[in-house]
Amino acid sequence: MCLAVPMKIVKIDSAGKALVKQDDLETEVDLTLIEDPKVGDYVIIHAGYAIDLLDLEEALERLKLFRAMEESG
Amino acid sequence: MSDFGHRLSTSMSLKHILQDRRLAEPLLQEIEKTAAEISRTVRIMEVCGTHTVAIRGSGIHSLLPENVLMISGPGCPVCVTPTSYIDNALQLLETSDTTVASFGDMLKVPGSDGRNLAGYMGGGRVRIVYSPAELLSIAEGTSGSVVFLAIGFETTIPTVAAAFLQARRAGLSNLYLYTAFKTIPPALRALLSSPDRQLDGFLLPGHVSVIIGVQPYRFLEEPGGVPGVIAGFEPLDLLQGILAVLRQTGRGEQRVENTYTRAVRTQGNPKAREIMNQVFEPADALWRGFGEIQASGLVLKGDYREADAALHFSLPPLYNLEPPGCACAQVLQGRLPPTECPLFGSSCTPEAPIGPCMVSSEGTCAASFRYGEAVL
Ligand code: SF4
Repeated sequence: MCLAVPMKIVKIDSAGKALVKQDDLETEVDLTLIEDPKVGDYVIIHAGYAIDLLDLEEALERLKLFRAMEESG
Repeated sequence: MSDFGHRLSTSMSLKHILQDRRLAEPLLQEIEKTAAEISRTVRIMEVCGTHTVAIRGSGIHSLLPENVLMISGPGCPVCVTPTSYIDNALQLLETSDTTVASFGDMLKVPGSDGRNLAGYMGGGRVRIVYSPAELLSIAEGTSGSVVFLAIGFETTIPTVAAAFLQARRAGLSNLYLYTAFKTIPPALRALLSSPDRQLDGFLLPGHVSVIIGVQPYRFLEEPGGVPGVIAGFEPLDLLQGILAVLRQTGRGEQRVENTYTRAVRTQGNPKAREIMNQVFEPADALWRGFGEIQASGLVLKGDYREADAALHFSLPPLYNLEPPGCACAQVLQGRLPPTECPLFGSSCTPEAPIGPCMVSSEGTCAASFRYGEAVL
């Protein structure tokens, strides 16, 4: 039940709802629970609410580590 | 690196990279090497039901060295909810004209007489919600009262709090919550303090941690604790989390470590917690498999208690009674693999479940049934 997926904010309306998108999937979510969301941000969606921002820089850092492991292995 | 930057331009390709078998290989080798240096069995509990499904679904459990055992914990909200909660919800439907709203997972859980909430779907008395945000339109469109079966962990609780506040602001006073929320850290404490525990580390729930951050797990670092590693849900995330537990075990350490840094900040999500704490306060809660755990639940607080369904409808207190022959209570504590329950796969299957561990798609029994032999 704690399944949550990352999606990108494409539009924010005045009522604190956003249109989010991932590939062909588009859906409306509520942004009440997150601080300072912006169009273009990736958010983690659970039960119709964005529960936090996804940090792509961090994701990139981790992947560099994996890649380095693969190359040295 | 620029290649990665490019491929990272959407998080969907991030998902693909995190499922890349070539990148998993060196992690698996590292796991192999680290486990070989520990000359005993290492039992790692994945606390979260979504982890259970991810580990089983990707087949990671079958790729691990022989001395590394993944055991499933209590992290399935439907599974840890006592049968008597279902009985009370059924009673509510029978003795009042209340509409009951619920997450879909709950509907097929048998009450103590074998009946379930799905039986009321036809008449429109039971409504499935995917998001608590839908409660607003349900309450708006209903003349009588609406009771939401409010179960879930810290991932879900803030979403219910937000929806509840939205309903209040909209003047909807016919929405009630029947709270059976649970919080994870007290359950970990209970698992740790069990006298015959066989547990060498925790894979900590990624999306619960998105909300609560790292701090609430710090007690794991005290004497008698075990390594605790916050992990994500893709195959590479899981392998990385397992490796981190093994490395700590090899070095004799017991630290709380966060390997899901793209989603989990050290401080968690303070805004979500603030909204949650505005509406709810800690209370003792009854868990299937564990009994009552101090301050492990959340209930409506202050003036909001008028919307507490248990109080408003004078629902009987909860108690634990397992379906005859069902070993779900032991399964939830990681004491028994589902396949050792005599009913597993014979009289108990996802189509005709006897206990909640077979009902919820995240239940350990259901996951074992579905993904017996899957591979990465
Ligand atoms: S297999 Fe069915 S009866 Fe056995 S423990 Fe799991 S849910 Fe209970």
